[in-house]
Amino acid sequence: MKKSKYLTLGTLFGIILTKSEVISWFRIQEMFRFQSFHMYGIIGSAIVVGLLSIQLIKRNRLKTIHGEPITLTNKKFTHGTWIGGLIFGLGWALTGACPGPLFAQLGSGVASAAVLIVAALAGTWTYSALRDKLPL
Amino acid sequence: MLDLLRQPWPWYVAGPLIGLTVPALLLVGNKALGISSSLRHMCAACVPANIPFLTYNWRAESWNLWFVLGIALGGFVGYRVLGHPDVVAISPDTVRDLQAQMHLTDFSGLLPKELFAIENLANWKGWVFLVLGGFLVGFGTRYAGGCTSGHAISGLSNLQWVSLVAVVGFFAGGLLMTWVIYPLLF
Repeated sequence: MKKSKYLTLGTLFGIILTKSEVISWFRIQEMFRFQSFHMYGIIGSAIVVGLLSIQLIKRNRLKTIHGEPITLTNKKFTHGTWIGGLIFGLGWALTGACPGPLFAQLGSGVASAAVLIVAALAGTWTYSALRDKLPL
Repeated sequence: MLDLLRQPWPWYVAGPLIGLTVPALLLVGNKALGISSSLRHMCAACVPANIPFLTYNWRAESWNLWFVLGIALGGFVGYRVLGHPDVVAISPDTVRDLQAQMHLTDFSGLLPKELFAIENLANWKGWVFLVLGGFLVGFGTRYAGGCTSGHAISGLSNLQWVSLVAVVGFFAGGLLMTWVIYPLLF
């Protein structure tokens, strides 16, 4: 099955998020209060490893396992980049979760994660409806 | 080996593994790591309501939904199968501050029950932490064009300055909530 590889990678990703406790609200509060290196170490080392990997892929013009060339799209700046970023940051400190951890929490059996996900979907839907009226 | 897996993983194990997800997704299918788009796909699949931003072929992006389903499965395996400590071992300073500022007493589980219990929907705490909090996450990540995975990990790994702007915004918002708004709320 073509999608099973994404299901497998997602499962591994979810296990890592859970075992490193980054899906805990307490860890996010610890981060925003600068009281532990844990979250900074995780985000920082993830970026370093990701950066080195992308450099390797680019320099060696690596292809996917199906032989297609790997393409990296450039992200575009809009005013939403910082306004939306600020809005997400407020929600991040309230919920202690980014979108990924929300799904891991749900899987771990946290009932409130279901409410958080529905609220996040409502947020995404509202943004989509208001998109033309917001500064871009 | 199993004992090692059962313990909470230190940052220097988890961080590099998260980083490796970036090349793994590129190598298996030319996909950029990012999770907040899944929320958009779910909206497009369930309530498109003729909104231009939600009327597109979301099925073409369904890999993202499979990835997210995997994350939920991973949450189950990582927490229920591999086991977990009852209390996340955060810094004693954080425990002290949360007790003093937010009057938290129960530090068990992943989220403090005093703020996130479903029953809290009957008072202001539930609406602020569960509903407003979740709403800001969904609204903000889409407006910013990505979340911690799409901008902080994926974007910064690819040296996108736009992602740096987004990440500075994420932290500014988080610090504002923690240091300015929380003291006003409690």
